[in-house]
Amino acid sequence: MNEALLVAVLALPAAGAAVAFLLPDRAGRVAATGFALLAFVASLLLGTAHPAGWFSYAPAGSGAPPIVPWTSVDTSWVPALDLRLHFGVDGVSYPLVVLTTLLTLLCCLYTLWHVPAGGRGSTLTALLLVVEVGMLGTFLALDLVLFFVFFEVVLLPMYAIIAGWGGDRRRHAARKFALYTLFGSVLLLVGVFTVVAAAGTADLVTLTSEVTLTRTTQLAAFTLLAIAFAVKSPLWPLHTWLPDAHTQAPTVGSVLLAGVLLKMGTYGLIRVAVGVAPEGARWASPLLGTLAVAAILVGCLVCLAQTELKRLIAYSSVGHMGFVLLGVATLTATGIQAALIGNVAHGIITGLLFFLAGAVKDRFHTGDLAVLGGLRERAPWLSGLLAFAAIASLGLPGLAGFWGEAFAVVAAFERGGGGWVTLGVLAAIGGALTAAYFLRMLRKVTHGTASPAVSVPPLPAIRISGPELAAWSPLVVLALLVGLVPALVLGLSEAPVRSLIEAVTR
Amino acid sequence: MTQAVDHVALLPGYLAAGTAVLVLLADLFVARRVVTLAVAAGGAAATAAVAIVVGAGSDRSTFCVADACSYLANDRSALVAAVFGFLTLGVLGLSAPLLRAGVAPPGEYCFLLACSMTGGVVLGAAGDLVTLIVALETLTLPLYVLVGMRRQTMESAAAAVTFFVVSVVATAVSLLGAALLYAVTGRLHLTALGPALTGDVSLAGGSPVRALDLPLTSVGIALLVLGLAFKVAAVPFHAWAPPTYDGAPLPVAAYLSTASKLGGVVAILAVVTVALPPSVTGPLLAALAVLTMTVGNLVALRQIRMTRLLAWSSVAQAGYILAPLGALAIADGRTGEAFSTAVTAAVAYTVFFVVLEIGAFAAVVALREPSADGGRIDSYRGAARRHRWVGAALALALIGLAGLPPGLAGLFAKVAVVRSLLTGSSGWLAVVVALNAVVGLAYYVRVAALLYAPDPLDRPARAVPWPVAGVLLLATGFALAVGFAPQLVLDWAAG
Repeated sequence: MNEALLVAVLALPAAGAAVAFLLPDRAGRVAATGFALLAFVASLLLGTAHPAGWFSYAPAGSGAPPIVPWTSVDTSWVPALDLRLHFGVDGVSYPLVVLTTLLTLLCCLYTLWHVPAGGRGSTLTALLLVVEVGMLGTFLALDLVLFFVFFEVVLLPMYAIIAGWGGDRRRHAARKFALYTLFGSVLLLVGVFTVVAAAGTADLVTLTSEVTLTRTTQLAAFTLLAIAFAVKSPLWPLHTWLPDAHTQAPTVGSVLLAGVLLKMGTYGLIRVAVGVAPEGARWASPLLGTLAVAAILVGCLVCLAQTELKRLIAYSSVGHMGFVLLGVATLTATGIQAALIGNVAHGIITGLLFFLAGAVKDRFHTGDLAVLGGLRERAPWLSGLLAFAAIASLGLPGLAGFWGEAFAVVAAFERGGGGWVTLGVLAAIGGALTAAYFLRMLRKVTHGTASPAVSVPPLPAIRISGPELAAWSPLVVLALLVGLVPALVLGLSEAPVRSLIEAVTR
Repeated sequence: MTQAVDHVALLPGYLAAGTAVLVLLADLFVARRVVTLAVAAGGAAATAAVAIVVGAGSDRSTFCVADACSYLANDRSALVAAVFGFLTLGVLGLSAPLLRAGVAPPGEYCFLLACSMTGGVVLGAAGDLVTLIVALETLTLPLYVLVGMRRQTMESAAAAVTFFVVSVVATAVSLLGAALLYAVTGRLHLTALGPALTGDVSLAGGSPVRALDLPLTSVGIALLVLGLAFKVAAVPFHAWAPPTYDGAPLPVAAYLSTASKLGGVVAILAVVTVALPPSVTGPLLAALAVLTMTVGNLVALRQIRMTRLLAWSSVAQAGYILAPLGALAIADGRTGEAFSTAVTAAVAYTVFFVVLEIGAFAAVVALREPSADGGRIDSYRGAARRHRWVGAALALALIGLAGLPPGLAGLFAKVAVVRSLLTGSSGWLAVVVALNAVVGLAYYVRVAALLYAPDPLDRPARAVPWPVAGVLLLATGFALAVGFAPQLVLDWAAG
């Protein structure tokens, strides 16, 4: 039963994509949304299979392997390439799986109402579902080669979404996205087989618990894997594809990109790079931490000078993902937990922010901060939601964004030593700067008297429509819920993270 | 001395040669295009079928001396013969509109193609250097004429001359290499050459020395391998490929980049895996592979004509095919497991590549006028909007050649290559392959995106002739099938 659910989570979006591709526009979009809904339900049901219950806090026995999937399927596919169809879900991957199915559902729902100019809406939803398959497969794969294959699946559909339905400079942005990400994923391929050739197995469960690679292999493997995931995350200085891609992509594309696609990088770093090459991770952690803090500061400073709404949110992602990577780099239980909840929170909040930015651009046909102004006067609800999302994003306690950022800093202090404390202090300064640029954005966009650009469209056209509300409200609720009850995410990942840290520090 | 000849082993070869003769006779006495084509197609299909049947039986060999044979009919030769049969069949299908339009005379065209197929069928079974080189030349010789068959154009004639001159030089170089090796060891059989080269020889009655220590041996090996490298269009012996592909009729270009390239790969694999010492060929092949994929990919970035782009891309692909063999350059790559993994990866990559490449060419043929060449890449703008399925097939083939999902066949081909290189501890070469894949994507995705771009001219769709559609369907279907079941190809390649 649970195995069937696991397969259904992957198979439903795949089937939906095929159906949506073949059906005419409107019917295709409806069908895609239906399949996305089914996949979401299946992913929720998958959670009920958790043996110990959601909030168990069951302490894992000492020496437990870092990956203990509560449901898994395992069949042979291509033995000559060490490739098995081995999927499984555990506390680290489950929150991301639900986040993926939820965001895709919301994107499909949004596309029912609003198709960006460029091509057929049903094709767009079909591509969204293919991207979903790729992301889910990456989060669920327990075989290294399979992980790589799904990592690659995402690339071209996302390219097509940006190139087909994007903004004015979409060609350039899409190409940059594709080439950068492929650069990352080919290094992942080399890294994966460096590990597989040395260990003789591609099974992640075995690799993270039983196999200990030689130091040289670990350093080589970690370097390759870390660069691969750093491109995807993205980590400064490999982030330059992100602002272009996010700015040019259609709203639903940006939501999925920021909401889930980036998480494939951080998830891979935690699960694969740190799990398989712990010694390599220890060796590289100071560098990783430094780059992460550089990303935070660079992201914040660029945001302070940013003049375009979508670009600002895109660059804010660089900063937020910097916090996540700082958490991972500390290699402490607190840090990794902070990274995991930071991942989920960023997915929820930035997804919401991109929806709202898209709504603003659709209504007023500009995202220029200098031209926008006084949104509060004309569209109080929209500007209220924007303020809520911005405040959640800057990490106000009680909202989802707080936990990841605060505890990444705490973890850096926990790690101790002059270097890490300095990094923690710098990251905290970055946190303050985050508040500064979001408040600056709010002042420019929502406050003051309504600017000409904001005054022109008639009132009915700028009200929030029903479908929009349907697409946004789950994210608003979740931003509150995860903020108030972080155990929603942390309870599940507690045990696997502790085992992982044990394995790393052993 | 008389010796018994095993005619069953030779049956595929007889059939292929018989097809050529029959086509000539059919053209002479019936003189109808459809009949000539049907005879050629039937012959190619029969050759492939019989090759499979013969291969399914026990291994056979004929033309033997005491310890070695010149003609070996085994699983691998059956595979090669069958692939050549099917490729010829496919190219005949692609040629149907060309022949109907009267661009080339059907009798000569089909006869030459069947002759070329004969060379390919024999090539897979060749057990000595002379048979190998003669078979390869039989495969290539008819192509000089076929390339020049677009009789109205100068480009076609220029292409034929370029191809002829370069290829003849290459053959001469290979022959010289073979002759030098014969001078050193006195052997030509592949299986005997290996031990002879690692053993001691005495030249001109002098004291025995290790054959490998003689400069003559290294020169012979290098010349032989480099001569064969011409056939796969490996850099720096690649310059003939782009003008030749561009000038040739499209189906012939398809044949050149699949069957002819396959011939070169088979020949290189035969000499490298059986006859020549990997310690000498390894570094050579590693250098060739790196140069070939890098130059091929970089130059392909700047192409504005479709066939030239495909030509440069197929140069780059030859680099990926040779790359696994580059692992032989270091001792770790020559151990039993690493060696067999490398050979399997090279063979598997070739199979995946041939399938995707014939698919790409079939789609290009489907999108063009019967007598046209590949044309400018611009002229494909919006093609996938006019021809939904043909455009999708072309995009899929290109993405497959780039090695990305949904072109899973291409992805697994790259995975096999990288895996074999890391098994052989040649991480640096794996990184080169990986980075080249990124460069490759840049041009493949440019063309694929152009297929889906809006077309300002709003050109009408053309009807696709059924033989072309059939070949395209089969090639795409096969590419999809092996994409989901790559184990079939890998098992087969390991065979």
